[in-house]
Parts: sequence; structure tokens; C-alpha cells
Amino acid sequence: MSHAITPIEHIPRTPHAADAPGARPAIEVDALTRAFGRRVAIRRLTFAVNDGECLALFGPNGAGKTTLLRILAGLLRPTSGTAHIAGVKLPGGAEARAVVGLISHQSMLYSALTAKENVEFTARLYGLESPRQAAMRALQRMRLEERAESPVRSLSRGMQQRVSIARAIVHEPRVVLLDEPYTGLDETGAAALSAALESLKRSGAALVLVTHHLGEGLALATHTAIMREGQFIKHEPRGTVELDAYRDVYREAIG
Amino acid sequence: MSTRVPPGTFAAAALIARKDLAIEFRTRSAFLAAIVFSLLAIVIFFFAWDATAVNAVDLAPGVLWVIFTFSGLLGLHRSFGVEEADRAIDALLASPVDREAVFLGKALANLLFVLGVQALAIPAVALFYNLPLSRVLGPLVGIAVLAAIGLVSVGTLFSAMAANTRLAELLLPVLALPFFVPIILPAAQSTARLLSGRPIAEAMSWLRILIAFDIVFVVACALAFPFTLED
Repeated sequence: MSHAITPIEHIPRTPHAADAPGARPAIEVDALTRAFGRRVAIRRLTFAVNDGECLALFGPNGAGKTTLLRILAGLLRPTSGTAHIAGVKLPGGAEARAVVGLISHQSMLYSALTAKENVEFTARLYGLESPRQAAMRALQRMRLEERAESPVRSLSRGMQQRVSIARAIVHEPRVVLLDEPYTGLDETGAAALSAALESLKRSGAALVLVTHHLGEGLALATHTAIMREGQFIKHEPRGTVELDAYRDVYREAIG
Repeated sequence: MSTRVPPGTFAAAALIARKDLAIEFRTRSAFLAAIVFSLLAIVIFFFAWDATAVNAVDLAPGVLWVIFTFSGLLGLHRSFGVEEADRAIDALLASPVDREAVFLGKALANLLFVLGVQALAIPAVALFYNLPLSRVLGPLVGIAVLAAIGLVSVGTLFSAMAANTRLAELLLPVLALPFFVPIILPAAQSTARLLSGRPIAEAMSWLRILIAFDIVFVVACALAFPFTLED
């Protein structure tokens, strides 16, 4: 399923120390391997994502997509190989984490707090100068300003996901990692998410989008990759390939 | 251009503690459970007590520290339970704050939780057992605070370890209670000496042990905490 992207106000990202102009891509992965005991989840992956690019990552369950995102978010250590975010080797310190936004199909919210309190808490953790205003701006981008004072537990699943996205983009990250972000979203939420991601991409953010839905991925992607058993079995620029044609490519790739 | 400087360790810890206390204030689930448990335990101990065989001042220290230990576990279990519910812990760990700040923030919120329970339980025990509280209140509060620091340090560490498991409610007491012993023992002994009217100097050797274990546990748990969050 693909969602129409409606234009929204373009909000330039606030420059960060790790944003210093340079030749290094926003994300660099070199021979990255991650094993859990004897099970190898990621095998010697090498790729890069530049500012303003979106890598759509497809693959069956258990392919290693979420493990890859967790390493890039600094939540998991690689077993071998290296990964850099904005030139900082992972799992780096605060400098690398400060430029990453993480969105998952789990809301990562505190249900007893309001939408605004959740986003504002994140804004404070990232050291934003005006956390309350930044939280309201992020909620407005996700078209949730009217529910800002509602406890998260009282919101629908789709609205909770939109709050979660507002939380993840409140600091206007240079790198956005998305793990099945459209799960549970209604049409309004999906359109708001697509618009927010398109805006982030245009402002120079690098996106890695993990999804099972080829249409959603292709709509945003500048590059695509198909992952199976911890490896990219196909990795290429998005080009002009149509959804139906890519569906055939995907089926053929994963067997 | 706006500037952004992630908060330092202590500022981030304060943010996390404030968030945890706000959640507890909204839900009050753990605090109410701890208070109800404390009152029930006091009443049960009171009716099981033979005043002709055991003096109140001999029984009360045991009652106090049983209550503090087990009511504290209720709050400690909840500490990382709220983080695991919707994987909020991932967003917290992906943010640019130190792992040590997460530990300190959680421990601070847990400390205030335990102190809140103690603030209600101590007068309740004094009331039931007719303890001479006014005479020993200052030193008793001091002992309670010192013990609470040790308990929440150990409890916060094991709460983080247990939260990610299916048997968190069972695992937390199994892991934490053996490590509570070096805290509870000197705290109960000091309390017993205080309540029986002996000078505070007689409890000093136990208090030194309590302070030593506080220091060891706070440092060791803060250092070990980041490793509990690794997959």
C-alpha cells in the first residue's frame, strides 16, 4: 500500500556538532557482523547512506533487518566490522546518538504521560533549547496538536504511533531509522508520516526504512536493498522501477 | 540558530527521576500497593505478637525492616516495568544520555519511593507498638535513609536485569534479596539498639558496615548497570 504525500511546511533541521560538512556519508557500514551465540543475524554487511538518501530495506522475517537498525541506533554492539553514524564509530557516545531518530512499530512511549509530556521529555534528553515549543511543533507536524494534552493510553493505536514519530523527529535528526513505522497507522497517520519523512529527506536527513510493504518503501526510497539471512542479496539505486516490476524482483530474490 | 547540548549525567538523571515520579504520581499503583502491604504486615505482626513474651522494642526493628524490604521490591519491580511496556527503554537508551544517568535517575526515583513508604510506615509501626519515636526519630531516619540508598542501588540494577525476562516478578526478589542482607542486617541491628534506648555510639560499628556497603553497592551497581542493558 502506498500513501499519498501531502505537502507540509518544510522545517530545516538545526545543525548539530556531528553535522559538520565533510565527505563522510551519514551512515557507513563496513563488514558488519552480529551473532547471537551461534546464530549469525548479520553477515559482513557493507553499505553507505548519504545525507538526503533513503534506503528501503526489504526482506522476510528473521532476515536481520531489525538487528541492523538496533546496531545503527547504538542499542547493540557489532560482533565484528564497523558502523559509523555521522563519522562517529558505533556504539559511539552521545555525539552519535544525538543525531539519530528511532521509530519502531512499538510506540516507545509512556502510556501514563500525555503526548506532549512524552515528546517534551525526549526534547529535554536531546538538550533542545525550547523543549516545550519543540514538542508542540513536532506534534503539529504529525497533526496531533489537538490531542497534545491527552494521556497516551487514551489515544488510538494510530495516534500513539504518530506521537511516537513526533518523539523520534522532535530533534530533527540527521539519521532516521524506521522499523515498520506504518504498522497500525490509519490513512491520516500514514500520510502525515510520509510527509514528515519526505520533509526530513529533503532537508538532508538520511533514512533507513525497514518495511514489508514494497509500495511504502519504494515511495520514499532513493536506494533499495533486499536482505536475507543477514546479507544484502540485492542493493541498488531506486531508479524508475515500478512497484509491480519490483515485486517480481523481490519474489525472485527471496525465493 | 538554536543550540543543543544534551544534559550532563546528573541533569539527565534528574529528568529521568522526575519522569518516573510523574508516572507514579499519575498511576499511584506501586505506591498504593506498597502502603497497603505495609499496613497489612503491621496488622498481621501486631496480632501475632505476644506482648507478654516479647517486648515491643525487640520486635519492632524486625517488623520495620521486613516491611521496608518487601514494600521496596514493589516499587523496584515497577521501575523498569514502565520502560519495558512499549519498549520505551529503547528510546531512552538511543538518546544522548549516559547509561549511568539512566541508573542514577532510576535509583533516585526509587529512593524517593522507598523513603515515601518509610515516612508512612515508621509512624504506623510506632503507633501500633507504642514506640518512643520522638526520642530516636533523627537517628532512625538517618538509618532508614542509609539503608534505602543501598537497597535501591542493588534493586535498580537487578530490576533492569529482570525486566527483560518473562519471570521478572519472580526473578527480582530471587536476585536482589541475597544482596539486601548486608544492608538489612546492620540497619536492623542499629534500629534495635536505638529503640532499646542504648546510646547511638553502640550502633556505630553497625552503621559503619551499613555505610561501607552503601558505597560499595552504589559504585558497583552504577558501573555494572550499562552491561545489564546489552543484548
